[in-house]
Formats: sequence, C-alpha cells, structure tokens
Amino acid sequence: MDNTTPTTTTNVENSTPIKKKSGGKLCELCNVARPVLKRPKTGQMICKECFYTVFEDEIHHTIVSNNLFKRGDRVAIGASGGKDSTVLAEVMTLLNKKYDYGLDLFLLSIDEGITGYRDDSLETVKRNQQQYQIPLKILSYKELYNWTMDEIVKEIGLKGNCTFCGVFRRQALDRGAVILKANKIVTGHNADDIAETVLMNLLRGDIPRLQRCVNIVTGSEGALPRSKPFKYTYQKEIVMYAYFKKLDYFSTECIYAPNAYRGHARDFLKDLEAIRPSVIIDIIHSAENFHFREENKMPVQRNCIQCGYICSNDVCMACDLLKNLNSGLAKVKLSINLKRKDKDNNNNNNSNNNNTTLSNQLVIEQK
Amino acid sequence: MKVTVELSGGLELLFDKKKTHTLEFADKDEIPLRDLILYMRDNLLKERAELFVVDNTVRPGILVLINDADWELYDGIEYIVKNGDTIIFISTLHGG
Ligand SMILES: [Zn+2]
Ligand SMILES: [Zn+2]
Repeated sequence: MDNTTPTTTTNVENSTPIKKKSGGKLCELCNVARPVLKRPKTGQMICKECFYTVFEDEIHHTIVSNNLFKRGDRVAIGASGGKDSTVLAEVMTLLNKKYDYGLDLFLLSIDEGITGYRDDSLETVKRNQQQYQIPLKILSYKELYNWTMDEIVKEIGLKGNCTFCGVFRRQALDRGAVILKANKIVTGHNADDIAETVLMNLLRGDIPRLQRCVNIVTGSEGALPRSKPFKYTYQKEIVMYAYFKKLDYFSTECIYAPNAYRGHARDFLKDLEAIRPSVIIDIIHSAENFHFREENKMPVQRNCIQCGYICSNDVCMACDLLKNLNSGLAKVKLSINLKRKDKDNNNNNNSNNNNTTLSNQLVIEQK
Repeated sequence: MKVTVELSGGLELLFDKKKTHTLEFADKDEIPLRDLILYMRDNLLKERAELFVVDNTVRPGILVLINDADWELYDGIEYIVKNGDTIIFISTLHGG
C-alpha cells in the first residue's frame, strides 16, 4: 500500500491519533469519507455510505439478473430472527421500494417449539414486523404436526432430532407460504452457507445435491420456488451491514443442534478465508461450472399420497417420520436408518433410497 | 489507560452474557491487540476459550472492529490499542 497522504483533512472524530495503514486513506469509491470496511470479495476499502450502496446494489443485481421476481409476486421471507433473515427483510423492503419491484412481502416464521431458543428469537421477528410494517405469519410444528421439538427430543433423545427438525421445517415453510397465498419464498442463505454446503456435498459424494445446491432457485417442480438473494453475499458483509445499521437480530445457537459435520466444514472454510478471502465466491463459481452426467439427476418428483407434499417417494419424509413418532417407533427406526445409511455410504451414492435421502436432507437446508 | 471491549453475535455468552466490559491498565499507555485478546481470554472469558482464541488470535469467523471500523483496515492483530479505544468483537458463526 503506498502512502500518498491526501490534502483534505480527514478524521476529526477520533482524538487519538491512530497509527494505521489506512491512516490518511479515503474511501476507494467516493474518495471523500473515511473507510470503515475492507470488502472480502474485492479487497476495496470503503466508507459506510458506499458500503450500503454496493451491498444493496449487488443484491439488486443478483435479483434482476436471475429474474427472481415479477411484479405482483407475493413473496414470503423465511424469518428466523437471526442475522441473515433480519438483513434480508431489511434489504428486500428497501429494494422493493427503491426499484419499485411491485412485490407484496410477508414475514414467515416457523416455531419449532424449542423453549429458550425459538420463543426468544420470535420476539425479534415481531419487532422486525413492527419496523418494516409487513405482515407476519408464525406457524408452529405443534399446529402442523402436533409435536413440538421439545416433545420430540423427549421422545427420541438428542440423536437424530435434527433430521426431524430439518424435514419438518422444509415443509413448514412451504405450508406457511401457501397460507399466506404467497407464490415465492426467499431465504437468507448467504455465500458462506452455500460454499459450506458445496464442500459438505463434495466430501460426502452426494452428487445429486452437489449439482443442486448452488442453484439460486430451487423447488420449481411443483413446490413453491425458493430463492436465495444473498447467494453471492458474504457473511462478513451481512454482519457488518447489520452492525452499522444497528439492526436488531437474535444470535443464539439452537440448544439441540450441534451439527458437527457442518461445523467442521465451516471452520475449514473460515481458515481458508483468513488466507484468501475470495475462496467463498471461488467455491461457488467452481460448483456452478461442474458438469454432471445425466444419471446423476435427482429422482423424479411426485406427490405424497398422505399429505400431497412434493417428494420422491409414495410417502413424504415428514409423513414417514410422523408415523413413527405417533406409533412410538421413532427411536427404533431412526437407529436402523442411521446404521443403514452408513452402509449405503460405502456403496457409492444411491439417492433413491429413502433412508439415505432422509438423513441427508439437512445438508441442503439447515445451517 | 482505559479500553472498552464489546462482544456480540453470541460471543457475549462466553463472557458471562455481558456485552460491554471496561478495562483499565494503570501501568500502561498502550497495549498490543494480541495481548489484550489473551488478557480477555485469561481474565474475562468464562467458558470454552477455543471458541474465542485460536492460535493466539481471534478465531476465524469473529469480526473485529477498532473504533467502529474493520480491523483489516488497520494492522489486524498487530494493532496497538490506545487509551480510549473501543474494540468490538462480533461472532458470525451463530445461526442466521
Ligand atoms: Zn465512500
Ligand atoms: Zn406427506
């Protein structure tokens, strides 16, 4: 970094003279204000106002270039109260106004029934609703399945409970969206989440999911289209945006979910990012350019004979899990499934097998 | 010297759920950020130190701000903390 000191007087706000590389430097975009952030994607040092602009404009660009919405769409924002979905609600509201998308926005929250975790985060979502003035629908596992996660854990213990939760949540978002008469769902999955998922699918040899997990829109075959406007947005920038804008979000890990495998993938990715920040976007770009043979396509989708939800078997995973729960067999079946899954993993991938798909479902949606 | 330290994004849970800490070092007028972080680990942190410090720096995935600006604009872990500075640590590793 060269040290050309600009002639304009810059920092008045800080009385303590700070010896720093960026000392006299100005924002690389506007050349006026003091930089507050180094962008992980580009290395640019930019000021707060320019950061807001590039952050929002990149998301706008992602939305427009991928045709994510049409005027008149009713869009349900999957809202957990966490950082990603809080920033998503903020940015969707803002872009909808600024660029006149003509969307009806809704907040949709799923209450898994986890005391001390979800009840607190739902309070955050309620405050978001006040702030953005968009309708909020909270749909609970209890209403949908007649089981809370607390009850499920009491029944089956802490092994495999995340499988239930992942399967149930996926359907719950769709059903909530239908109740809201929404025709699209958006989720706050960001570039880091997607890069993690690519790594996990790659390491597991799950070719069908490896193929699908970088799609910006999923669920087009019958289920509601789900998109990820933050597909190219770094976690760091989402958190910085929330911090500078003083957005109100909730950050506590689910008390039941030590998702160990994802945790390792995340740590690995964060270590790589510390050395080479572009790694996150590079992984996504690599995965977008993979070519797959035809036989690795996902199995044909049809409708569950019990509930009508889109699935790849006669009975969907949620109905299957519920049947076991209600008959008190869940614990037994789950341990059989987990054992069988280990065996399957040794014979390459075979995603037509219900048991394999069941346990792997999490890889796509949960983080 | 006096330094204000703020923890958020779930990190406060490791520090007795307390988000803001004021630290005074009577015998110093500056302290390397690395030493401050190790001091925090040894004196303020209540549990699971490995979630805060890895290899003598903050764990990757924790954002650090020095007086409200990204520490990557300064010298990162090599920064020398001065009297009156505010150092903010935000975890990005908690669920979104
Ligand atoms: Zn600027
Ligand atoms: Zn079903």
